[in-house]
Amino acid sequence: MTGSAAGANAAARPRVFIVDDHGLFRSGVRSELGDQVEVIGEADDVQPAIVGIADCEPDVVLLDVHLPGGGGQDVAAEITRSHPQVRFLALSASDAPEDVIAVIRAGARGYVTKTISGPELVDAIRRVAAGDAVFSPRLAGFVLDAFASVAPDQPVRPAFDPELDQLTPRERDVLRLIARGYTYKEIARELFISAKTVESHVSSVLRKLQLSTRHQLTRWAAERRLT
Amino acid sequence: MRTRVPGPLRRRQQGRLAGGVAAGLSARTGIRANVIRIAFVLTSLPGGFGAAVYVLAWLLIPAEGEQTNIASRALADRRGIALTAAVASALALLLLIASLLNVAWVGSLSWPPVIALAGLVLVWRNASPEEVALLRQLGEPLVARRGHGGRSMIRLRAAIAVVLLVTGTGLVVSAHVNSMLFRPLTGVTMLIAAIIVLLGPWWLRIARDLLAERQARIRAEERADMASRVHDSVLQTLALIQRRAADPQQVVSLARAQERELRSWLFDGRPPGSLDGLATTVADGIRVIQQEVEAQHGIVVEAISVGDCDLDSDLNALLAAAREATVNAAKWSGASSVSLFAEVEPDAVSVFVRDRGRGFDPDAVPADRKGLAESVRARMARRGGSATIRSTPGQGTEVVLTMPRNVVPGSASQREPSSAP
Repeated sequence: MTGSAAGANAAARPRVFIVDDHGLFRSGVRSELGDQVEVIGEADDVQPAIVGIADCEPDVVLLDVHLPGGGGQDVAAEITRSHPQVRFLALSASDAPEDVIAVIRAGARGYVTKTISGPELVDAIRRVAAGDAVFSPRLAGFVLDAFASVAPDQPVRPAFDPELDQLTPRERDVLRLIARGYTYKEIARELFISAKTVESHVSSVLRKLQLSTRHQLTRWAAERRLT
Repeated sequence: MRTRVPGPLRRRQQGRLAGGVAAGLSARTGIRANVIRIAFVLTSLPGGFGAAVYVLAWLLIPAEGEQTNIASRALADRRGIALTAAVASALALLLLIASLLNVAWVGSLSWPPVIALAGLVLVWRNASPEEVALLRQLGEPLVARRGHGGRSMIRLRAAIAVVLLVTGTGLVVSAHVNSMLFRPLTGVTMLIAAIIVLLGPWWLRIARDLLAERQARIRAEERADMASRVHDSVLQTLALIQRRAADPQQVVSLARAQERELRSWLFDGRPPGSLDGLATTVADGIRVIQQEVEAQHGIVVEAISVGDCDLDSDLNALLAAAREATVNAAKWSGASSVSLFAEVEPDAVSVFVRDRGRGFDPDAVPADRKGLAESVRARMARRGGSATIRSTPGQGTEVVLTMPRNVVPGSASQREPSSAP
């Protein structure tokens, strides 16, 4: 099948599309990625990005959270609908949690900050291309914060789905270690589990983050905006 | 000043009010200078005895750093001696007349005031310029040479004072004869009025000077504070930007962090630099530590906080320890970034400081680093918290700090949405 061949290819040398409104930053990322990945296109705003991505169908889109013509989440939402196989990795210097969560909920499979080093970014791109979730320490913190708001003794509301609206203690442990700066390998060693299990925990958190209909997620974002 | 200074008795420049006699005695004996001063004043009240002793001491005890006393210099001062003799004889004459008139309270002022006044004349003529200036300042109310009102005002004031003084004295004296009650009262009132007329403007000016001086000091302190804050934040950042000019990404992030800090200083009144007062919650404090360490050590601090609550003294100590651990990582680890993670839970607040630097063997720590680890540990232990330091050579270090919370039940300090929207 061509699909598996494309997947293997993606793991080796993923085809990447960069969306960022700063030309300087795009060329910086390009040079840092070097020949580890194949950069097949760039865009500096929402509309050109949607057109460009639909045109060249990359494996991974590096998506800036803030764009002049709207948020990165518009790009992710639009493309995920039309081209579900394209994966997004949010990349931002902005620290506003509500924006980051919005991009994740629009379909991005990870979030890293622009301070990330070249090799780490390549690694993150490979992971996203392989279908894994990439949680930077910051995203882990945001997610813990967003889900922390459900105290166990609180009355369960009708819309509350424990499957989706609550993190398991293990998932919490994993997120905490990510926030503390541990790599997946180190987390596995720390919790006496395999690296694969760590990845499945992270993916499960990502799923909850994207599918949960909890009011708290929006409410939390609104509160954060105020503070 | 209770510390005793060995060596011969000297009049001290430091902490003196007039001649430095009391300060000198205090330094020599260990008795408080103010106690000695009060003793001088009390012994002066009946007949001026204390004042005479004081002036003689002023004359005979050399000042600190001087070899000769004023008296030995005064021996060569012919005119000074003549003037002293004149003043002393005039005063003696006055006393004589007073005693002839049988005014008892004037009579009690016999020889000590004469000695004191004569001694002061000698001091004034022969002391070092610095001491003369001091004396002039003390005598200024009577001479009023630097008054604001000009010469005519001074003359007017002096005239009024003299009239009041003479009338008052006359009334007080005549009271002896007439023994009428209202006369001594009026006399005393007039005496007081005379003193006020003479000295009032001087007192006012002293109060004004003190006030102006204090305001100037406050302004100077504010300026110094501002300068050090600007230095700690803006200037440090500018220096870092110059050093990192080749790396636009870092320059931007430095500039952005600085802009944020400057804005929060100018518009929210949160001063950069210290944790005190500018952070009211744990998350705020973590942000402050991040900005500070990034600016001062040019290292990326990946700061994350989950949950938040107001700071109390325990949590301030926790943040201080966290700051120390972060600075330590920035200084020693050699890593390019430090992870700083704080989590507020219902019963405790934990902070994790982790670097991927060179790490160290906890059993073979150099003394200075061990000291720091101990100080972090001790700081936490004093408040009932704990600190764990894990480090592996070549893999990095993690400091885990935990502080139990003093939770007030039902307090709104924990910012967590608790009800459905």
